[in-house]
Amino acid sequence: MVGILEDKDRIFLNLYGFQDWSLEAAKKRGAWNATPDMIALGRDWITAQIKNSGLRGRGGAGFGTGLKWTFMPKEVKEGKPHYLVVNADESEPGTCKDREIMRHDPHLLIEGCLLASFAMQAHTCFVYIRGEYVREREVLEAAVKEAYAAKLIGKDNIHGWDFDLVVHHGAGAYICGEETALLESLEGKKGQPRLKPPFPAGAGVYGCPTTVNNVESIAVVGTILRRGADWFAGFGRPNNTGTKLMCISGHVNTPCNVEEAMSIPLKQLLEEHCGGVRGGWGNLKAIIPGGSSVPMIPAEQCETALMDFDSLRELRSGLGTAAVIVMDQSTDLVRAIARIAYFYKHESCGQCTPCREGTGWMWRVMERMARGDADPKEIDMLLEVTTQVEGHTICALGDAAAWPIQGLFRHFRPEVEARIASYRSGRPHVQGATLVAAE
Amino acid sequence: MPIAKVNGVEVEFEPGMTVLQVAELAGEEIPRFCYHERLSIAGNCRMCLVEVKPGPPKPQASCALPAADKQEIFTNTPMVKKAREGVMEFLLINHPLDCPICDQGGECDLQDEAMGYGRDDSRYSENKRAVEEKFMGPLIKTVMTRCIQCTRCVRFATEIAGVSDLGLIGRGEDAEITTYLEKAVASELSGNLADICPVGALTHKPWAFNYRSWELKKTESVDVMDAVGSAIRVDVRGPEVMRVLPRVNEAINEEWLADKARYAVDGLMRQRLDRPYVRIGGKLVEATWSQAFAAVAGKLKATAPDRIGVIAGDLSAAEEMKAALDLFAALGVKSLDCRQDGSAAHPKWGRESYLFNSTIQGIEDADAILMIGTNPRTEAPLVNARIRKRWIRGELPIGVIGEQADLTYPYDYLGAGAASIAALGQSDSDFAKAFAAAERPVVIVGSGALARADGAAVLQLAAGLAKSGGEWNGFNVLHTAASRVGGLDLGFVPGEGGKTALQLVEKGGADVLVLLGADEIDLSATGAFVVYIGSHGDAGAHRADVVLPGAAYTEKPGVYVNTEGRAQLAERAIFPKGEAREDWTILRALSDHLGVRLPYDSLEQLRQALITDHPTFGQVDYAPGHSTAGSFSLAGVGEKGETAETPFASPVADYYLTNPIARASRTMAECSALHATAGRAPMAAE
Repeated sequence: MVGILEDKDRIFLNLYGFQDWSLEAAKKRGAWNATPDMIALGRDWITAQIKNSGLRGRGGAGFGTGLKWTFMPKEVKEGKPHYLVVNADESEPGTCKDREIMRHDPHLLIEGCLLASFAMQAHTCFVYIRGEYVREREVLEAAVKEAYAAKLIGKDNIHGWDFDLVVHHGAGAYICGEETALLESLEGKKGQPRLKPPFPAGAGVYGCPTTVNNVESIAVVGTILRRGADWFAGFGRPNNTGTKLMCISGHVNTPCNVEEAMSIPLKQLLEEHCGGVRGGWGNLKAIIPGGSSVPMIPAEQCETALMDFDSLRELRSGLGTAAVIVMDQSTDLVRAIARIAYFYKHESCGQCTPCREGTGWMWRVMERMARGDADPKEIDMLLEVTTQVEGHTICALGDAAAWPIQGLFRHFRPEVEARIASYRSGRPHVQGATLVAAE
Repeated sequence: MPIAKVNGVEVEFEPGMTVLQVAELAGEEIPRFCYHERLSIAGNCRMCLVEVKPGPPKPQASCALPAADKQEIFTNTPMVKKAREGVMEFLLINHPLDCPICDQGGECDLQDEAMGYGRDDSRYSENKRAVEEKFMGPLIKTVMTRCIQCTRCVRFATEIAGVSDLGLIGRGEDAEITTYLEKAVASELSGNLADICPVGALTHKPWAFNYRSWELKKTESVDVMDAVGSAIRVDVRGPEVMRVLPRVNEAINEEWLADKARYAVDGLMRQRLDRPYVRIGGKLVEATWSQAFAAVAGKLKATAPDRIGVIAGDLSAAEEMKAALDLFAALGVKSLDCRQDGSAAHPKWGRESYLFNSTIQGIEDADAILMIGTNPRTEAPLVNARIRKRWIRGELPIGVIGEQADLTYPYDYLGAGAASIAALGQSDSDFAKAFAAAERPVVIVGSGALARADGAAVLQLAAGLAKSGGEWNGFNVLHTAASRVGGLDLGFVPGEGGKTALQLVEKGGADVLVLLGADEIDLSATGAFVVYIGSHGDAGAHRADVVLPGAAYTEKPGVYVNTEGRAQLAERAIFPKGEAREDWTILRALSDHLGVRLPYDSLEQLRQALITDHPTFGQVDYAPGHSTAGSFSLAGVGEKGETAETPFASPVADYYLTNPIARASRTMAECSALHATAGRAPMAAE
């Protein structure tokens, strides 16, 4: 056996698209199986099951999914219908898990949407799908059509809960993956994060109570309910339970998407699923374990790191979306982080000051540092700028832009200093720091 | 009431207040750029960060955070200071720091806050961002590189002014404020954009590079460009009014000001009458005061009182109207009129019959509004802004009879003329039902409905729809002339056997016509000897046989009564031009030449006489409003009569050119021309 998770425990049986995605095939794999029975058990049972399963949001922040559902008002007020919004705006660099669900196993998602909507008394669910995901949207829309035709969803469906599912196509902005910017965009406005409070559970899309969940969080709901919360909670460490889609890219021999148990050792994940690091484990330099926005961890920490929320947090990184980006010794880490800084500069919405101004500043300094054209003093200045952005913005994009840079300097500061020194050694005129006028 | 602690000091606050407001209650000043108390909350500048307990271990934007009971708020901790310094540094890295050539310099929020939170040097060694200028019309100058993207302007335009001409496009550091299509901001309130801009990105184009804020002498006064009587501050340098800015008056203009009130002031330096003129041989020839008085006195003495007429203009203060009234009463003249538009408004039906009784602030309490023959957007932009403010709150049926204009809010169009007023009573439309059911309905009758032959009948029809009683007086007349209510209060209307203004200017209507700044009346038919007392060389002066130069509203102390019946004091900011005098002193001097000396030698004595004869002028800044609801009978308003089929037309054909000062203003001419081309700047080779 490879890895920890056995084949019988996989939720996404068609992750690689070897089989048909259509309703018939999905049903054979288990989707839509016993859904009416689960609905018959009531919404409190569903929510309790999800809570007990320990499922934490798969979008990156890792907030308890079941707990999030309980924030919705208990009663539906007149004129304020509840909504479920599925965040399929998967744009985090390195992450490609939701697209596989949507194009190969869309019915698991649709079923999850129905169950989650029922649990939250929502009759409408919006799936906000990333602008660049054209084929994925086509498959998802076809699957939705199938589900409507089979009376699985829609008005007067066989489950007895009127339910509409709307697939909304985004326009390709990273920031629209932030839940409140997503809601703005869904409403037809410019995708800019809203101020919180009020939180979406109080006033979300069109001012109505709304829960925003990641595709993966919703797609696993049906299987969790079918197999029981205890089954799901049986994987991983306490507080980090379940199975998780992990996307490994970069300098491994066979980059792949794989469903694995939470808390699998990072090293085991790479060795057993990805054929190991290119050139052997000794050739590893650093890993970004959770998508471009989390700080990198150096090779020695990768030895012991477990792929879960708490272990990676202890290492001052994060699980994020479990998009593992592997970088071997040939990688120019400074250039890599400069490129990531450019991404966040490009994707900042421009609404609030620290992010609008700070991302551009950080990117420009990083670009110079990648060349070595900087002053050693600027390293501390750059780190201070990252702290001026971090935690001062409306949404988390400011944090996401600051963390990769902090991660770089936390572990590889000497590399940057050496880069600067070597740049200067060839250019005597820049040696001795910057000249100050009239000194 | 809940209690919060601000820096350890307990303070009680009303539920629903934000942390920023609570901190202000406790006397702590919170720096802010995007937050404005009259606009929606954006929370994007991040300057107002504070620390709150309980709360996350990071600073919170106080403008957007609701305060909670037993909350501890800290505004002076190291964390807060560092956070604000960080934000300030970010704001400044791409700011051009061109304060020495910036018109906002000296009254710039960014400059002020940078004193408190800025660094003494810059750590940003990259190139600064430059942003292209945008065309926003003749009133707003843009230097968009200075913009800090606070979006106050966008929010003002969409929320208060009701035009969606401004927006933030682009994202990240490329975000820009723009008018999308290089089109002028199509609003009569656009000047406020420059006021609310916390930096020098939007400044007043007509006044660019003309002054520094600290070299101006400031005088608090009252605006006369419409009958609203907005509170203004006149800023002068030497003999010139450099600018007019709004003052806060919650009852009238809040803190906004209409464009005409603000930008027509360059007209105060053009086309001025600065010495007397007498027409000799068909030409106006410069004269001395005694020559001019001799010519006037000779003519008046030689003319029978019933052949003399006096017409007061739209910008006259109460003092000169009182002096004229006393002087010509002494001569036995009966034909005096302050209604040069031929309005039917008349004091004989009681003061409430021509006042805006609900008051401008009272519009916010209305639950239905019916407008008859008025376009408040051009006649009184700030009244329109109030209506919009009330409409935004929701559930406000609005009906319009008259012109179908864009008022910045939707309304039910009920018809064009007087017939529609009568029809509303029988109608079973949604609006008619809602209006009949309303507890606090507001009926606004405009000058367009009254300045007609059938004005009195229209007035009665409109009064028939209004409600007055208890705590609510919903009958309102919206005037367009600043002098009108003052004139009606004084009884500046034809006496027994006297002629109205329109009768006076007919062929053979009068032998001597005295115009107190009356420029809005057609003088082409009259063959009378015309004496013009006023400040500008406009229609009246062109036709005049003797010109006696008077003072403009910034040059004399005067009482103006606004459309609500609120007497307000305008103050002198500068002296009249050249040999010009305050108007009442001209009449006082003339009275000597006529041998009927007026019994007052000073402004104080004149005002004493004014208040003794008409006590309402003594109630400064007081509007009777709903207090008259009990005593006022709507049945006695207007006269029964036939109404014509002609549709109501607003008296304001061109908002920018309604009085002699505005017509002398180059800025207003530009606005008017641009308005005609739908806001687009003329292109070359067109």
